[in-house]
Amino acid sequence: MTLSDYSEQVEVVCRIGIADGAVVSRPDRLRTSGLGSCVGLVMYDVLTGLSGMVHVMLPTAPADFAERLRVDGVKPQKYADSAVLWLVSELQNRGSTIRNLRAKMAGGAQMFASAGRSDVLRVGPRNVEAVETALTGCSIPLLAKDVGGTEGRTIEFDSQTQLLSVRTAKSGTFTI
Amino acid sequence: MMGEGELSSLHVDILQEVGNIGAAHAATALSELLGTPVRISVSSARRCTFDEVSEVAGGPDELIVGVFVRVTGDIGGNMLLLMSVDSANILLQTLLGSKIVSGDYDDMQLSALGEVGNILGGAYTSAIATLTSLRMSQSVPAVAVDMAGAILDAGILATSEVSDFAVLIDTSIMGGASNIDGHFFLLPDPSSTVPLLDALGC
Repeated sequence: MTLSDYSEQVEVVCRIGIADGAVVSRPDRLRTSGLGSCVGLVMYDVLTGLSGMVHVMLPTAPADFAERLRVDGVKPQKYADSAVLWLVSELQNRGSTIRNLRAKMAGGAQMFASAGRSDVLRVGPRNVEAVETALTGCSIPLLAKDVGGTEGRTIEFDSQTQLLSVRTAKSGTFTI
Repeated sequence: MMGEGELSSLHVDILQEVGNIGAAHAATALSELLGTPVRISVSSARRCTFDEVSEVAGGPDELIVGVFVRVTGDIGGNMLLLMSVDSANILLQTLLGSKIVSGDYDDMQLSALGEVGNILGGAYTSAIATLTSLRMSQSVPAVAVDMAGAILDAGILATSEVSDFAVLIDTSIMGGASNIDGHFFLLPDPSSTVPLLDALGC
């Protein structure tokens, strides 16, 4: 494929809402906005460029998750542990194998520092830990992360370059 | 238990009225603080998805100033005072007399914004407490200047543990001549929506 072939392809930016997720193929981009304590996790296939993103809200799925999944369609993308498994299976369904998968993530901030004593508001770091544990469990390497702190983030993943762009309100934009 | 069910139109009307009464008291407090007239819109109460909550505040990317107050007691919930950086600057200029152009606040300015949230939150909760005789207390206010989506994460967290929807009571506040506009959000915890409606007699 030549450069001119690329320019004729229309790049689509797929927007991911809260507790949602999607998988796209090259050259599309994945974007999620306003991550606070939430974590944006990208998982991609280094060979095919098939890429998925989830916007995770909470660390662990409730005990009755399987039942709720059946009864009222709770989203697996909402919880770090179930979201990692969801992404892996979506990518596998579209032809990826686990050993070609890599991950990057951003988010998990603590927006209100003074309220930090409360366990509920320490959810950012807990989300990050839960994602890392679940990735380790699936033997998927986490190649880059920008997590923690007190700032919100908007992230965009380029399936072509496999780079994750992180924008913050005060510290500017950078790529990991 | 109402749980996942829709709010009935009667419930919506009642929660809206709670918003109106609470916000009216908050607006009076703000008016006294600023020495200018303050108007509020009719509140809206609805059950909305998490994405919709940040759309109300101008979209998840929008840079805003948020003051977060946690309510505990007979009912629990989160209160958020959200305003544009321009509005916060005007507010600070009126309160502290210092001219500010950026959204980069020092401790004194952040504390002043927190105090505004505290006063408005106090007016709001005491109005509801008087109306319902529920006992409520509020946390020390926390202030953040950041993307709306990121700030609202903290507001919808308690709800997200058990539901994919939040009950949002939203009132717009406009400061007469000084062009302050903001939103006052009340997000009752899912377990508190029913006790709140019960205490209001329905």
